[in-house]
Amino acid sequence: MMLHIENLHARIGDNEILRGVDLDVAAGEVHAIMGPNGSGKSTLANVLAGHEAYDTEGIVLFEGEDLFALSPEDRAASGVFLAFQHPVEIPGVGNLYFLRTALNSVRRRRGLDELDVMQFLALADDRMKSVEMDRSFMNRSVNEGFSGGEKKRNEILQMSILEPKLAILDETDSGLDIDALRIVAGGVNALRSPDRAMVVITHHQRLLDYIVPDRVHVMAGGRIVRSGDKDLALELEEYGYSELNHAGNGDPSVPVGATP
Amino acid sequence: MTTVTFTNPVPATSTSAAAQLFATLGLPPSVSGPTWLAQARHESLEWAKVHGLPTRKDEDWKYTRLDALLDVPFERAEAGVSHQVALATLEAVTVNPLSTRVVFVNGYFAPNLSSLHGLKKGVTVTSLATVLAQGAVGLERVFSTAFDQYDHAFTALNTALAEDGAYIQIAADTVVDEPIELVFLSDARDTPLVSSPRSVILAGPRSSASVIETHAGVTGRVTWTNAVVHVLLDEGARVDHFKIQDEPDTGFHLALLDVYQGPGSQFSSSSIMLGSKVARNEVHVHLEGEGSRVSVDGLYLPRDEQHHDNVVLIEHVAPRCVSHQLYKGIVDGRGHGVFNGRIIVWPGADGTDANQTNKNLLLSEYAEIDTRPRLEIFTDDVKCTHGAAVGALDEEALFYLRSRGVPREAARALLTHAFAREMLDRVASESLRTHVETLLAERLSVDGLVIEGMLQ
Repeated sequence: MMLHIENLHARIGDNEILRGVDLDVAAGEVHAIMGPNGSGKSTLANVLAGHEAYDTEGIVLFEGEDLFALSPEDRAASGVFLAFQHPVEIPGVGNLYFLRTALNSVRRRRGLDELDVMQFLALADDRMKSVEMDRSFMNRSVNEGFSGGEKKRNEILQMSILEPKLAILDETDSGLDIDALRIVAGGVNALRSPDRAMVVITHHQRLLDYIVPDRVHVMAGGRIVRSGDKDLALELEEYGYSELNHAGNGDPSVPVGATP
Repeated sequence: MTTVTFTNPVPATSTSAAAQLFATLGLPPSVSGPTWLAQARHESLEWAKVHGLPTRKDEDWKYTRLDALLDVPFERAEAGVSHQVALATLEAVTVNPLSTRVVFVNGYFAPNLSSLHGLKKGVTVTSLATVLAQGAVGLERVFSTAFDQYDHAFTALNTALAEDGAYIQIAADTVVDEPIELVFLSDARDTPLVSSPRSVILAGPRSSASVIETHAGVTGRVTWTNAVVHVLLDEGARVDHFKIQDEPDTGFHLALLDVYQGPGSQFSSSSIMLGSKVARNEVHVHLEGEGSRVSVDGLYLPRDEQHHDNVVLIEHVAPRCVSHQLYKGIVDGRGHGVFNGRIIVWPGADGTDANQTNKNLLLSEYAEIDTRPRLEIFTDDVKCTHGAAVGALDEEALFYLRSRGVPREAARALLTHAFAREMLDRVASESLRTHVETLLAERLSVDGLVIEGMLQ
């Protein structure tokens, strides 16, 4: 199993956000995680990438290794990648420099030779085509002044350059118009492969028209309350999350912390 | 527009400390040169005796302790005491080996280390001692009129002691393309020394020049540089001044850059403060000619126990002048950074456009910053803004970089460089930019992070 999550809890202070998540993702699979706002989807993504704001309990194994034993940079080197919902702007650091520094950091930790500027540009040029970006992106500061769509394309570009084993996409579709969505989905689909797994977090079924998942999970109240194949997403689209009460083993209509 | 109440600074006095310091230094020294100079030295000493040394009760010295400096039994540096400054020291601080270069050791001209050949017609670059020996025609102003309410005993002390420094004169309509380098090296042995260089830059009408002023020294020695630089810009002149203060962190550095601008002139001052145990860099600009423009920028990087104090005073005297200030601090360890920036818009300075910004990055929980951006406005038709910010590295940006595989320490260094970047981008001369980039990389980098090409 590429990713095994068992009874995962996460909290910030007294606020428990994840309340026992169980999930298994095998290599080659694409899993979609859907759910209403506040259900814990982004927290799950951040916890997997190593965000230090959370106190966690439970088991998370990545290729059989304890993920919590690794720093964020070691997780990246091992092949975990998070496409951020809100990519950070970093004025003063060029995008080309950033991407090359990231790739070379990861390559160094993987025991591979670093790429020089020319080698890196050749790679980047190739990968930029798949997300329809041109060289001008490389000369700008990281995400600074990028439109929402440009930021998301930059995330996918980073993913295609770093070639992770496990890619987690956190609401990569949010705020995208249909053209940007098509470009981003195209970039993601180009990276699907038998030895790579993807976890696609989304609020809308729309994205799953472009990135067709093998499994769909519904999160509510900090747990996965229902799982199914791609048809589950269509069902959610039709009936909404509130209908989940009938089928799920959790009760997402009840706010976190409230007494039913 | 923000209006701030005017405070008339009454210098707090520490006359006994002054008397003690002057006694240690053996003041008054024997003086040579023109009669007016002897008079100016005498008057400045009297002024200092009356007013005393500044203390922390003085508004402009509130955050800077002088105890450590006053504890050292300094002696006056003297001319002709030839310490052998290693050529490697000089090479390391030279920006461009082909430039015109004037080198001073402990404040005294070192002709054997200087490079003054091939000067363009209309360009004079020499030592102040040479000019004083020739009668110093026209220099009375810079020695005699320095004492108004803003001055303090250290400027007075420089006037009393200064015998040498750089002298640059650019004739009307003369354009000097390559920066002129002024290098001040401290080289004490067992005895702690105070050097008192005084430099003068006279830019004639419509002339243009740039000057790089570097202060460095021999590691581990205790020295005190008490420097004054005057810049006088005639109508339409342009001078760009860049200062690199990289003295050993066992030393003390107090400096005043005193600037008078004529109509339509343009001046820029940029500084990077890396060295000294206690350093105070003061920039005082008098916008006296209509339509003159100035930008005053600084980057200070105190760490360990270093103390870096930046004092800026811009006086808008004439109408329609423009002033910009951007100071950035990167404070690490138990370092202490101070920004004390003040803009005064005097009555009649209509159409003033002035702004000042101070941003600070604290890299450790013990790092300390004091920032005081101040505006004092005595006329209506002005556009003035100011602001200050103090913060730590952005945790979300750190996580973003780390999630891409950049190790924590490299990610911190990368974001710190990015913060300093804005100052580097303002440096026009390529050789200077490369030199400063190298200094910053030495100061901020960690293993495994290549800074080269960061903004490509």
